[in-house]
Amino acid sequence: MADFNEKDIIETIQMIKVHHLDIRTTTLALSLRDCISEDIKVTGDKIYNKIIKYAKNLKKYADDLENEFSIPIINKRIAITPISLIGESAKNPDYVYLAQVLDKAANEVGVDFIGGYSALVEKGCTKGDEIFLESIPEALAKTSKLCSSVNLATSKAGINMKGVLKVADIIKKSAELTADKDGLGAAKFVCFCNSVSDNPFMAGAYCGINEPECALNIGVSGPGVVRWAIENMPKDAPLGEVANIIKKTAFKITTTGELIGRELAQRLNIPFGVIDLSLAPTPAQGDSVAGIFQAMGLEQAGAHGTTAALAMLNDAVKKGGIMASSYVGGLSGAFIPVSEDAGMIEAAKQGVLTIDKLEAMTSVCSVGLDMIAIPGDTPTTTIAGMIADEMAIGMINKKTTAVRVIPVPNKKEGEWVKFGGLLGEAPIMSMSKLDSSNFVNRSGRIPAPIHSLNN
Amino acid sequence: MSKDKILITISGLDKVGIVAAISNTLAQLDVNIEDIKQTIMQDHFVMMMLCDITNSKNSFKTIKEELIKSGENIGMEVWVQRKEIFDKMHTI
Repeated sequence: MADFNEKDIIETIQMIKVHHLDIRTTTLALSLRDCISEDIKVTGDKIYNKIIKYAKNLKKYADDLENEFSIPIINKRIAITPISLIGESAKNPDYVYLAQVLDKAANEVGVDFIGGYSALVEKGCTKGDEIFLESIPEALAKTSKLCSSVNLATSKAGINMKGVLKVADIIKKSAELTADKDGLGAAKFVCFCNSVSDNPFMAGAYCGINEPECALNIGVSGPGVVRWAIENMPKDAPLGEVANIIKKTAFKITTTGELIGRELAQRLNIPFGVIDLSLAPTPAQGDSVAGIFQAMGLEQAGAHGTTAALAMLNDAVKKGGIMASSYVGGLSGAFIPVSEDAGMIEAAKQGVLTIDKLEAMTSVCSVGLDMIAIPGDTPTTTIAGMIADEMAIGMINKKTTAVRVIPVPNKKEGEWVKFGGLLGEAPIMSMSKLDSSNFVNRSGRIPAPIHSLNN
Repeated sequence: MSKDKILITISGLDKVGIVAAISNTLAQLDVNIEDIKQTIMQDHFVMMMLCDITNSKNSFKTIKEELIKSGENIGMEVWVQRKEIFDKMHTI
């Protein structure tokens, strides 16, 4: 006799209906290593056909599951092998052409984003990488669903400072080429330290060269659910108990994601990859990581104590997730984007959350400086300095860090920018006016750090 | 098959004929009711029905659509979900 518990049923429905529990993304990771050829048109054809073959049912099956379990599946996405590797053997490596092929395939199968317009250059560039990097701003301007990423540093290789300066330039140009959309191109680009090859979240999703032919990776979310769970506790509950309730909530979120992921993988007849348990906020009221800090007892994101609260949150989320699934991967933790989080937006608007505080928070969050709008006239070298700082935090702490900033063309500090949808809106934040140019122009590579004498 | 177990949650203001309306729809769809529980939550009537759709000729999608429609007719919100989601979420 099957049994059920009324409290559990009501809690689940409340989590979904009121507190925004959702499957943020079902991301099909697909290797394109067998698409390499000497003719870029042939490469393009192979890529297009392979994506259609594997992803043609992704949206339909995901929609079916959404209906069967009554849990929203917000995005369907594809992550491919870093395209720099796939295009570079061609005699005429026209990467923008490949970008358009990817965008066309993404539109054809009805996914929301396709990621992997990427390069891994932490130690330096190949000739193909150099051509590829030059193509990114144009590729982002000419496509709608394409996302791009570049890995600039690892804890084992150090930081490619020449690449850092180049990427700062890419960010500026991507924003300028999409000036009519407030620099939206830059919102679809991210640079990393220690990038993760099975991450299902954009803009940084790609299918690492060490990944299998294909796999289905799931990203679940639910900051609203965590906030709700904490708010239901006594206001003076000790932090150990708060950590425990976060773990339990993360467990529930993860098991749900794994159920959907395994079902979908089975229907698509491909292996299940990993579940990425990331608290990814949306601009919707209540679906906010900043809201969790408030539930923990901080006046707003940015208050002293925010880094400690985030550290505990990030760690507890991982612990709960690990208990729920053997294949937790990706970025797993708490994201702290500004424009995608109503609480962060409010804190930034009031000036209580600064880029400096955000940088400190990235040393303990799951990724890095994310969706931050900055003045359009910020010098490239200043952006490069910002990237170098963020890469250094990741390199030394052996964690993933990232930078996704949007230098909004023709807009100044304090002005407002709206990207729409999940990308949200934000005030343009203040950058340091100090000059970083002599430092970043030195180029070269910051050596990998020592991995002993840890203090 | 656990895949064939569904949970129907009906909520709204209490009134005459809720059980009758939903049960009638289920009978027409050849869906077997295995268990019913009901409770009052914040002045709202909430009824949960565990059902088995193994012997129904109708697809999950049709069953769900019909139940939501029949809920709408009596001003009730109806959620239809495969039961596995609750089992996974709430058991270690």
